[in-house]
Amino acid sequence: MVTLNQYLILSGILFSIGTAGVFLRRNLITILLSVEIMLNAVNVTFVAAGRFKQLVDGQIITFFVMTVAAAEAAVGLALVIALFRHRETLSPDAFTSLKW
Amino acid sequence: MDVIIFYIFAGITVLASIGVVSARSPMHSVMLLIVSFAGLAGLYIQLDAPFSAVTQIIIYAGAIMVLFLFVVMLLNAHTEDEAIPARLGPHALKFAVLLSLLIAFELVSAIIKLDRLSFDAASRNISSVAAIGRALYSTNGYAFAFEVTSVLILVSMVGAVVIARRPRSESRER
Amino acid sequence: MLLLIPLLPFVGFLINASLGRRLPKSVSGGIACAAMIAAFGVSLMSAFSAMSAADHAVQQTFFRWISSDALQIPFALRVDPLSSLMILVVTGIGSLIHIYSTAYMHEETDGEYARYFSYLNLFAAFMLVLVLGSTFPVMFVGWEGVGLCSYLLIGFWFRKQSAVDAGKKAFVVNRIGDFGFILGMFMVFGIFGTLDFQEVAYHASQRAPELSMGAVTVATLLLFVGATGKSAQIPLYVWLPDAMEGPTPVSALIHAATMVTAGVYMIGRNAVLFGHAPITLSIVAGIGIATALMAGTIGLVQNDIKRVLAYSTVSQLGYMFLAMGVGAWSAGIFHLYTHAFFKALLFLGSGAVIHALAGEQDLRNMGGLRKELPITYWTFLIGALAIAGIPPLAGFFSKDEILLRTFAHGNLIMWVVGMLTALLTATYMFRLVFLAFLGERRHDAPAAPAHPEEEEPAAKSVPGSAGASGHGHDHDRGGAHGHGAHLHDAPPAMALALIVLAIGSVVAGFIGVPPAIGGGNRLEKFLEPSFEAHAIAPASPEFQVGEGRATTRVELPAQAPAEHAVSESTELELMALSVGVAVFGIGIAMYFWLRNRPAATKVARSAAPIYTLLLNKYYVDELYNALFVQPIKQLSTVLLWRGVDAGLIDGSVNGVGALVRGTSTRLRRLQTGSIRAYAASLFLGAVLILGWYLMR
Repeated sequence: MVTLNQYLILSGILFSIGTAGVFLRRNLITILLSVEIMLNAVNVTFVAAGRFKQLVDGQIITFFVMTVAAAEAAVGLALVIALFRHRETLSPDAFTSLKW
Repeated sequence: MDVIIFYIFAGITVLASIGVVSARSPMHSVMLLIVSFAGLAGLYIQLDAPFSAVTQIIIYAGAIMVLFLFVVMLLNAHTEDEAIPARLGPHALKFAVLLSLLIAFELVSAIIKLDRLSFDAASRNISSVAAIGRALYSTNGYAFAFEVTSVLILVSMVGAVVIARRPRSESRER
Repeated sequence: MLLLIPLLPFVGFLINASLGRRLPKSVSGGIACAAMIAAFGVSLMSAFSAMSAADHAVQQTFFRWISSDALQIPFALRVDPLSSLMILVVTGIGSLIHIYSTAYMHEETDGEYARYFSYLNLFAAFMLVLVLGSTFPVMFVGWEGVGLCSYLLIGFWFRKQSAVDAGKKAFVVNRIGDFGFILGMFMVFGIFGTLDFQEVAYHASQRAPELSMGAVTVATLLLFVGATGKSAQIPLYVWLPDAMEGPTPVSALIHAATMVTAGVYMIGRNAVLFGHAPITLSIVAGIGIATALMAGTIGLVQNDIKRVLAYSTVSQLGYMFLAMGVGAWSAGIFHLYTHAFFKALLFLGSGAVIHALAGEQDLRNMGGLRKELPITYWTFLIGALAIAGIPPLAGFFSKDEILLRTFAHGNLIMWVVGMLTALLTATYMFRLVFLAFLGERRHDAPAAPAHPEEEEPAAKSVPGSAGASGHGHDHDRGGAHGHGAHLHDAPPAMALALIVLAIGSVVAGFIGVPPAIGGGNRLEKFLEPSFEAHAIAPASPEFQVGEGRATTRVELPAQAPAEHAVSESTELELMALSVGVAVFGIGIAMYFWLRNRPAATKVARSAAPIYTLLLNKYYVDELYNALFVQPIKQLSTVLLWRGVDAGLIDGSVNGVGALVRGTSTRLRRLQTGSIRAYAASLFLGAVLILGWYLMR
């Protein structure tokens, strides 16, 4: 039998992979993709927990999470495009104007 | 049987995610992420959540990833830019890996301490589309949040257009 | 109604202070004079109403000033014989001096003119509060206020460094005296539990006189310290000669007729209290007569016309304190009153001289003014005769009364010194008259880029003050006013004041003619109620604003130690003696400065050390400077300025700033600008929080 615990562990692993991606990669788009991975990990948690408690709310929440993720991805990519126009590069290390 | 299916899909998802994080080319990352989404969809179906699975494929893999692809193509970012030197020190890689392992470890150890939580028998009422519809569109459910989300999407659309627009001076040149 | 008396000049002050700059001189001067004359009118009315009241006193409370448990001080003014005499003197002579000033200060600008009159009115208001107050604190308000106005008026020509220094000196020295006064007030409150004059007198009268050093003696001594400051006695007299930097009418009003008499008045006001501290009284008398003698000797050799008069004032004040010291309260007040007339007259006369000579104040440059300034000359002569004590002018009666009472009190040494001082008074005063008005016009003063008057620099004046030429008022702004050719006598406003004061100097004494020569000594009887204790109705905790409480006179045993009754014949002999001494003094003056001028110089040279000593005022200023001023200045500079202010206070303020800057320099290194680093620290935080929850 697959228990909730296993799903939660899966979610944890996915989450840490996502965080590793955020600060390891030097490409803005890849960073955004890693954020998507993290969001998905959270989604898994919600659905599994909803199934466990026999509530439909888990899926509703994932629905909303997906929506928000879409909005965030749109705006984030717009920002990437705007940034690319300035520096012709997608490396996060190029944008350091807020340094002391 | 369930267990095997679970591990297969879970494995696909995890491996694909690792691939996303470690792929050289952003294009590859996007592709691998789509694979990861597919794995997740399978997991959702196993969890008696067909609606979530379908929306996952349609919205995530179908819309969001396509958007990513477009941007990758537009910016010609096939390869990773090595020209800019890394700002973090040489130990950054080790530190980052360590940090992620730490997160993983914490999460896992927290979960291990829990008791065995098994699932009860599936109930149609939970996962049918009708049930989801009832929850989403009833006023003592999530109707309000639903409406607000539509506004959110509108705002983000407008925002994205505004942010990504060419500066005025350039468009006047034409 | 009593409030009107100080209020009218105060309103005059307000008008002139706020609007004065825009008013023409006639208006601002007119307002000031009108205020004073109106106050004089109200004073007359109040005096009359007091005469017909019970106990010859009217007291009115105007508002609750201090109300703190055991300390209840209403703002109350009281008119009784003593204060009615004082307010008449202040407003009467004050009005005359205001009128005189309208002419004397006419060459100032409109703004300065108005400023002068505003200060003068303010002074009058404060002086009236001082005199009318029925409690120590109310009197102290006036006491401090007149000190302030004195400072403002001495330093009126504030662009002159010597005037500024003199003003500061006056204020600081006064302040030292005021400190003694405050301590005395505290002690009085501590001993008697009240600060109301009538109540204090009553409680004091219920005790026996304190024959040894006790609380009452100390309290009265401290009050007397305040009096020495305000009334220029030893040791705090040093400000008065320097105060001559102010305009001459100011010297006449403040430093002759009114402010300096405040100390004498204060003792008179507390006659019963002081009467119960014989030790203090002896000290008062001793200091009084010593000051009188010392000032007289200094005045003999001064070359500035105003300085002579200043030292003369100090000397005459000494006489008043001598009188108070031997318990002759009304004699002291009598001399205060007559002195106001002739000293004001003498000062105003000297002002007329200075005015005519366009700022010249050195006696060695005068002479022969009798023909050209007749009104000034004759009034001045009357004043000089009065101060010398020639009958039947006013000064004779008052001074003689003091000497008589001293003799009767048994203080023979003081009587002798008093006689000697009378001789000096006559001598130096007539030296002044002869040098200024008679003979031929001279220009003897050493001509130099700046007249290096020997007595000019106050010990603390700026070393480079040689720029103060002609040591007079900044009067000659191109006015071709009598440099040699033709001098004009006092203009009408000034002449009016001179003449009225001269008449006063003649007739003022007639209210105090002693019985020995047929008078009824009305003044003493008039003032008697003020020097006695009155039983008072117990004070109610709520005091009503309005009319004062009823008092009944308490019969007192004689408060002074045994006085020998002096027979009439002895009295007449003493009188003749003092007249003789006065005439002798005039004779000496006539010899040295009228007939035989070179003889004076010869005597001066042969007694050169004494002469120099006198000319330099016994070097008292220099002594004070070395003993007190320099050490305090050193202490302040090194310790307080550099140590505390610059080091401690500035240091801590700057230190805080430096601390903030240092911390922020170190903290801002966190802002690396690298997004990935920020993300990493974000996650690190999440990890830590998560870990903490896991640990629990």
